[in-house]
Amino acid sequence: MKTLEEINKIREQKRKELDLRVNLKAGTKEKHILVCRGTGCTSSKSPKIIENFKNILKEKNVENVRVIQTGCFGLCAKGPIVIIRPEDTFYAMVTPDDCEEIINTHIIEGKKVERLLCKDVDGTLVDRLDELNFYKKQERIALKNCGVIDPENIDEYIAFDGYKALEKVLTSMTPDEVIQEVTDSGLRGRGGAGFPTGKKWMFAKMAKGDQKYVVCNADEGDPGAFMDRSILEGDPHCIIEAMMIAGYAIGANKGYIYVRAEYPIAVQRFQKAIEQAKEYGILGTNIFGTDFEFDLAIRLGAGAFVCGEETALLESIEGRRGQPRLKPPFPANAGLWQKPTLINNVETYANITKIILNGAKWYSSIGTETSKGTKVFALGGNVVNIGLVEVPMGTTLREIVFDIGGGIPDGKEFKAAQTGGPSGGCIPAEHLDTPIDYESLSAIGSMMGSGGLIVMDNTKCMVNLAKFYLGFTVDESCGKCTPCRIGTQRMLEILERITEGNGETEDISKLEKLAHTIKNASVCGLGQTAPNPVLSTLKYFKDEYVAHIEDKKCPAGECKALANVEINPELCKGCGICKRQCPVNAISGEVKQPHKINPEICIKCGACVDKCPFKAISK
Amino acid sequence: MIKINIDGRELEVKENITVLQAARVANIDIPTLCFLKEINAAGDCRMCVVEIEGRRGLVPSCNTMVEDGMVIRTNTPQINETRKIILDLILSSHNRTCLTCVRNGNCELQTLAQKFGMAEIEYPGQEVEPHIDDLSPSIVRDASKCIMCKRCVAMCKNIQKVSAIDVAGRGFKSHISTANEASLNDVNCTNCGQCIQACPTGALREKETIDDVWLKLKDPDSYVVVQTAPAVRVALGEEFGMKIGTNVTGKMVSALKRLGFDKVFDTNTGADITIMEEAHEFIERIKENDVLPMITSCSPGWIKYIEMNYPELLPHLSTCKSPHQMFGALVKTYFAKKEKIDPKKIYMVSVMPCVAKKFESQRPEMKNEGLRDVDNVITTRELARMIKQAGIEFADLEDAQFDDPMGEATGAAAIFGTTGGVMEAALRTAQDVLTGQDLPKIEFEAVRGGNGIKRATVNIAGKDLKVVAASGLANAQKIMEEIKSGKADYQFVEIMACPGGCIMGGGQPIKSSKTRREVDVRKLRADALYSIDEKSTIRKSHENPAVKKIYEEFLEEPGSYRAHKLLHTHYKERDKYKID
Repeated sequence: MKTLEEINKIREQKRKELDLRVNLKAGTKEKHILVCRGTGCTSSKSPKIIENFKNILKEKNVENVRVIQTGCFGLCAKGPIVIIRPEDTFYAMVTPDDCEEIINTHIIEGKKVERLLCKDVDGTLVDRLDELNFYKKQERIALKNCGVIDPENIDEYIAFDGYKALEKVLTSMTPDEVIQEVTDSGLRGRGGAGFPTGKKWMFAKMAKGDQKYVVCNADEGDPGAFMDRSILEGDPHCIIEAMMIAGYAIGANKGYIYVRAEYPIAVQRFQKAIEQAKEYGILGTNIFGTDFEFDLAIRLGAGAFVCGEETALLESIEGRRGQPRLKPPFPANAGLWQKPTLINNVETYANITKIILNGAKWYSSIGTETSKGTKVFALGGNVVNIGLVEVPMGTTLREIVFDIGGGIPDGKEFKAAQTGGPSGGCIPAEHLDTPIDYESLSAIGSMMGSGGLIVMDNTKCMVNLAKFYLGFTVDESCGKCTPCRIGTQRMLEILERITEGNGETEDISKLEKLAHTIKNASVCGLGQTAPNPVLSTLKYFKDEYVAHIEDKKCPAGECKALANVEINPELCKGCGICKRQCPVNAISGEVKQPHKINPEICIKCGACVDKCPFKAISK
Repeated sequence: MIKINIDGRELEVKENITVLQAARVANIDIPTLCFLKEINAAGDCRMCVVEIEGRRGLVPSCNTMVEDGMVIRTNTPQINETRKIILDLILSSHNRTCLTCVRNGNCELQTLAQKFGMAEIEYPGQEVEPHIDDLSPSIVRDASKCIMCKRCVAMCKNIQKVSAIDVAGRGFKSHISTANEASLNDVNCTNCGQCIQACPTGALREKETIDDVWLKLKDPDSYVVVQTAPAVRVALGEEFGMKIGTNVTGKMVSALKRLGFDKVFDTNTGADITIMEEAHEFIERIKENDVLPMITSCSPGWIKYIEMNYPELLPHLSTCKSPHQMFGALVKTYFAKKEKIDPKKIYMVSVMPCVAKKFESQRPEMKNEGLRDVDNVITTRELARMIKQAGIEFADLEDAQFDDPMGEATGAAAIFGTTGGVMEAALRTAQDVLTGQDLPKIEFEAVRGGNGIKRATVNIAGKDLKVVAASGLANAQKIMEEIKSGKADYQFVEIMACPGGCIMGGGQPIKSSKTRREVDVRKLRADALYSIDEKSTIRKSHENPAVKKIYEEFLEEPGSYRAHKLLHTHYKERDKYKID
C-alpha cells in the first residue's frame, strides 16, 4: 500500500531518472536500450535480443546502461526495433546476433552502427526516430507511452503522469464535472460507431441501479487491426486508470476487461498491471484516501468476432454463448447482469487520462469540427511502412498512405484502401484527399471502424476483396438471425461464382437486393454492416464485376479461374527461367526457342509472369 | 391506454404490450416464425419486422413494446420485400421434401410460403445437411428441416430448465445440438417432447410406431388391446378440424373399434387404480412417519428428470407405476385370466398424449413374468394418422362405449390429464378413507388452473395438509430445491413434466404459434376434462365399481403383495450423459 504522498514521491524521483526517455539532451550518464516487446517484435525474437544485450553488458562490465522492454513503436515493418536513449538512435530489423556489435560500436565506442540504421522511403539513412517521415505527421495521444515506458513497471507509468488524472478526479472533481470534461472534449467511441463518449457516460450515470459496472471492450477482431492490443501491451495502466475514472464518474466500483485469449502478451501484462495497482493500493478501497473503491478483473474471449459487439460481449462475460441482445434496453440501463453498465473500447479509454490532465479545450483543439482528437490506424496491405499510426482526425488518406505509409511498394499504383475492416468499405483513389473523420468516411460509403486500414495496389481484384470480407463474416456470424446467418452465405456464394467465371447478369442486382435486406433486417452491427464491402466495391468498381460476369475476365488478374496465362512467342527469348520457376512443370520449350504453357497443367499461380525478364508472359 | 398509429390508423391500446399484439388489435396479422407466446420472443427470424418512425432499420414486432405516440408501419413494399427475402433464405436452406414430411399441412413455414406465394427460390445455395437422430425411443430430430427458430431451445432451456439442446456452431453452420453432438438418447433429455410442440416444422417429431400396430391388428394370432389416456379424448378431435377442447370420447372409442382392436379400454380405469394405490401409500407414509412429502410418479418425463437431477430425492417418489402401466399389467394378468387368453398373445397398445411414455414402456422395470406391461405407445397424433389412413370419417362417427370389464372410470380419473388433477383425485379418496365417510366436498379449487405452481393447505379429516401441484420441469426444479434445502413442509406433491399437464403433452396435436397466440389451448382442454368430471355420476376413484371388482377378484386390497408386484416399481439414479 502506498499513500498519495508516496506515489507522488515515486513520480518525482522516477521522472528525473527517466528524463532521458523523452529528452534528447537529458543530462544523465545513463543510456537506455529500449527493445520493442510488442507481439510483432516478440515473434521476431526480441526477447532473445533483450537477453543477449543483458548478457553482453554483464560480460563486458558495462555500467550505466539499462535494457528496457517497451510496447510497440509503431513501425512494425521494420521490427524488431531497438532504440537507444537519450540520443534516440533507431535501429531496425535487429537480430539477436547484432547485439554485440551494437554494444561494442554504439555503447562502448560511441559510434552508430550504420548498417542497422533505418532507411527512409527515399533511401536516406535516418538515425533518429522522429526524423523518419513515418513519425513526422503523427501525434501520439493514445499511444503516448507506447515505446517509452516499460509496461510491466508501474513506477515508470507513474513517472509519466500515471495515476495523476485519477488523483485529480478523486480529489478535486465531482462525477458530473468529469463527465462534462469528457463531453466537452468531443471524444467519440473509437470502437467504430463513434458514439459521443461523454453522452454514454452520462446515460450510465443517470441509470438507476444498486450496482453498476465499467467494461472495457478489448475484443479487437477486425482483420488487420491491432491498436488495442498494442495499447494493452505497451501501456496497460492507462486503461486501468481510465476505467477507474469512468467508475468514479458513473458510480461503479467494479470493472471487467474483455480481452481475446489470442492476445497472450496483452493479457499477461494487463494482469500484472492489475496486481501492481492492487499492491500500491490504487485498486481496492479508500483509493487515495477517498471513499472511492474499485476492483477490476479480466475476462478472456474465445476469439469470436461477434463478441466485439457490446451486448454479445456482455453475454459472453456472463458465461453464455456470445450472441447479441436486443437493443433497447442499452447496456447503460441494463448491461452486465442487467445492471447499468458502461462499455468503451480500449482506444477510447486511452484518451481519457490525457483529457483529464490537459483539459477538454486542448483535446477539442485537435481534429475536425465533428471528430475531435486523434485516431490510431493499423496500416497494412500494399504499403511500404506497415505499422501503427496515430494521426489527428482530419488527416487525409493520402497523407496516411503516402507521407506516413511511404506509398505503394514495387512501383505499383494505389487502387483503394479498406477502412473499417469487414464492416467498412473501400475508398478509391478519387477520394484520397478526403479528410478522415467519422462523417466524411460514411459519406463515401465506408466507415471509421476500429481503425484497420488496408491499402491495395492495382493488382488487387475488388470482387475478390469483397469475397474475402464476406467469407470472414460468414465464418464469424453468430447465426442468431436469418439475414446474417443465411443471407451472408448466399452473398458469398454469388461472389464465389462470379470470381470463378460462373456469374450471371442478374447477380449484381441480386447482390444489391440481398445486401439491403441484410443491412436493414439484421439484429446487430455485424449483420447490419456485413454487406458494406460488397456495396462499396459495387459503388466504385462495378466495371470489375461486369468484366467478371460478362467478359469472364478479372481485370486485376487476381482471380485464378479467370486467368489465362500465355507466353507471347514474339517476346519470348527461350531463356528457360519460367520453366524452372513453374511449380507444376507446365512449361515446355527448347533453349532459345519460344516456350509454351500447357493450360491443362497450369495452376495459374503467376510465378512465371513475375519472373519473366522479357515480360513475355501475361495473365 | 396509450395512443399509437399503425399503418395510418390511430389506435388506443394497452400499455405494456408488444407491437405484434397491438397490430392484432388493429386486425393486422404480422407473420412470425420464431415467436411462440410466453416461450420465445427473441426476434431472430426477422419475419415480424416492421418500421417504427425514429428507429433505425427494421425492428422485430414480437419483442418491441409499444410507446405512446409510436408510429408503426407493418405493410410497406420494403417490409414485404424483406419478409419475402427472409422467407426465401429460410426456404433455400430448408429440406423442402414437404410431401413426405410429417408436418405436411401443419407446418408454419409451409403456411407462410403459401401466404407469400413463394413460387421459386430466388437465392438457392448450400442447404443444411440432413442429419437424422432417431436413437431416442421418443423423439426424432432432423437437422435438415430445422430453420433455427430456437423455439425448442427456449422451451427446453427456459421453460423446462433441462437444456438438453442448444445452439452449437456459428453462422450458416450453426445448428441445434446436444452435449458433444450426441444422440438425444444419450444426453440429459427427459423425453418430455415439449420441443416437438414448439417446433414450427418437421425438425422434431415423435418416434412413430404405428406400423407395428397395423401389423399386430392384421395378425390373427394377436389379441390387440388398446387403452386411451384421459387427455387424448379432449384433443384428438382437433386433428379432424374440431374445436379445441371438444370431448370426443365416444367417437374415439368408435374409431378404435373400427380400426380392429379386440378390446378398447380406458386408461382412466387405470388412473382410478393408481389413486387407490397412491392414496393408500400416502396414508401409510403418514401413519408410519415415512419419507414425506410424497411425490407423484405418473409423468415419465418427470421420473427421468428426477432420476438424473435429484437422485437423493428418489425415496420421495410414490412407488406407483403410471396408470397405463398399471393397466397394462392388469390386462395381461387379471383380464387374461378372466377371459382365458394367453397373455403372451396380448399386444397392449397405449394411446397417450405423451412421447415420454414410449420410453417408459421400454424400461426394464415395466415387466411382469417376462412380458411388457405395455407393448406399444402411440401418441394422440399417431392415432389420428391411423384413423385418417383407415379412411374413417371421424367427425361423423356415432358414439361408442369402452369395453367391459375395464372400461368404467370416474370423474376423478378424467382430471388426471391436467395439472392438479392427480392431486385432487387423490385427496377425494384420501379424505373418505381417513374419515370413513362419503364426504360431499370433492372440488379442490386451489389446485386447479394454469399456474405452474399451485400451493394449498387443505383440511383432510380434521388435519391440515400442505400440498403443491407443479407442472413444467422448471417449476418442478423449484419445488425440489425447496425440499432439498429443508424449507418445504409439504406432505403431498404432484409433478407433471409438461406445463399444464398431460393435456399439453408432447404427443398432443400441435398448435401453431398463431393459434397459441390467440387462444388458451391449455384452458380449453382442461375445461373439457373438468366438464367430464362434473358430468360423471361417480367422481371418486374408490367408488368405481369396476375397480372395486378388480380388488375383490384379484388384487385383494391396495398395497397387497400382488398389487406391489404388478402395480408398483422402483427408481434408479441415472447418468445424464452416456459416456463411452
